[in-house]
Amino acid sequence: MTMTAEPTTEADTRVAAARPSIARLTSIELRKLTDTWAGRWLLAAIGLIAVAIAVVQLFVLDDAEQTFTSFLSPSLLPVGLLLPVVGILSITSEWTQRTALTTYALVPHRERVVLAKLAAVVLAALASVLVSLAVAAAGTLAAKATGGAGSWDGEWALVLNAAVFQLVNVLMGAAFGLLLLNTPLAIVGYLLLPTVWSILATMISALQGPANWLDTSITMEPLYGSEMTAGQWGRLAVSVLAWVAVPLVAGLLRTLRREIS
Amino acid sequence: MIMVEHLTKRYGPHTVVDNVSFHCERGTVTGFLGPNGAGKSTTMRMICGLTPPTDGSATVAGRPYRQLPNPGREIGVLLDASAQHSGRTGRETLTLAATTMGVDRSRVAEALDLVGLNAVAARRRVGAYSLGMRQRLGLALALLGDPRVLILDEPANGLDPEGIYWMRGLLRDFADRGGTVLLSSHLLREVEAVADRLLVIGGGRIVAQGARDVLLADTGTLVRARDSDSLRLTLQRAALDVTADTNGGFVVHAEPGVVGQAAADAGLVLTELRPAADGGLEQLFLTLTAGATTKEAVK
Repeated sequence: MTMTAEPTTEADTRVAAARPSIARLTSIELRKLTDTWAGRWLLAAIGLIAVAIAVVQLFVLDDAEQTFTSFLSPSLLPVGLLLPVVGILSITSEWTQRTALTTYALVPHRERVVLAKLAAVVLAALASVLVSLAVAAAGTLAAKATGGAGSWDGEWALVLNAAVFQLVNVLMGAAFGLLLLNTPLAIVGYLLLPTVWSILATMISALQGPANWLDTSITMEPLYGSEMTAGQWGRLAVSVLAWVAVPLVAGLLRTLRREIS
Repeated sequence: MIMVEHLTKRYGPHTVVDNVSFHCERGTVTGFLGPNGAGKSTTMRMICGLTPPTDGSATVAGRPYRQLPNPGREIGVLLDASAQHSGRTGRETLTLAATTMGVDRSRVAEALDLVGLNAVAARRRVGAYSLGMRQRLGLALALLGDPRVLILDEPANGLDPEGIYWMRGLLRDFADRGGTVLLSSHLLREVEAVADRLLVIGGGRIVAQGARDVLLADTGTLVRARDSDSLRLTLQRAALDVTADTNGGFVVHAEPGVVGQAAADAGLVLTELRPAADGGLEQLFLTLTAGATTKEAVK
């Protein structure tokens, strides 16, 4: 053990330390997604689910139905169910593991950390789409090799819609995490609240009108396919505003003001 | 380097930190003393911009903490050694911080070496660390950015005697090279051994501050008698300033001769009579924080 903790005494000779860029903070947040067992398994599970679904499709679908779309679309929902957990954990683990104390002591501009976290989970969502596409492509090739149709029936809109679908999912998770700052609460809230709203909407006829605009399970449904009308985009935007933008802004304000201990 | 002006924190009707002002100069170690719940940690969190103060302000290196562009390069902070992700390795924890601060990755190995965490320990997950190892990791984190100021909350907690001795040397060395250290503790002996200046807080208020030697020289006389009650009455009758300590003794603001004379005049048998400074900081600490919080202080 040496004792050479050397503080620099001359303020002037010290290179003015610049604040960390958003890009650097984002790369750190991406690293945090994968540097624990929990994070690695979560991401691996997302990949494995996409693979498992493609394999199942190879066996259950009739040969003629084994097209690119039929390999891609079914994987979107289960992947979209786990991705928000990535978004939630990225934000809430700072509080449940109490690393916020270090994170925000090193970067007191808390909004920059939150922005970097959002950027990181957005990149993770886009990566998940790439994985889904790659798995679907592999499935299509395998179908062709095993006597199935193996046709490339997808349109670019399908890819775009899949990306939007996963982005909305992951950001909605992050928004709930940011608002509730507690892992179990955010996961339960994220899973339960929209479902409760769906159930209420089917039970109470007066809610059915608003539900078409506010129930994400309805407004996001067209994203599984490649056809989206302007009206459907509009409804999606309204539901995203209610379930993503509002909790995101409220959660950001909460994070900026919250005492960290 | 650290300027604290009238810091106040209230939670509802409870005032946790009450109008606290002090500053820490370059080249000094300031011991921040107080029983648990006295407001030490809250004050430190306010300095570091983690807790918004109700009133008052604090600056480090001339700026409010939250306006520092890259605080890790100016100030090393260790507020709670347990506040690390249990699933990350020690090395990963430091690597993340090093990347954030933009210091060279080679500093990670240096810092681990400096605090005595070997390669095996560095590869283990923090969840498997003992409290002493976490303190060492926290200290490595604080030193990583080569800062000029250290703010450490109870850094000796969980360290073994050898570790405490080592840390004392590290902090003394840091200050002697021009650094500024603010460290809190309820381990009185630890602070007495390393601090140049003392800051004693009780019930959210600064009850004493100044150079250690000055504060310790002015602690009066410790006196104990077989009959404590009679002694108290005698001393009060003699118009002396008396404070009870927790062991049936009294700290009197007077020369030992004066106290002894008063006891002799009353025919009391003394079991102890000495300058309180001999008891060092502990007596000062107990005296100043006597009251509701004393029981916590002596544990």
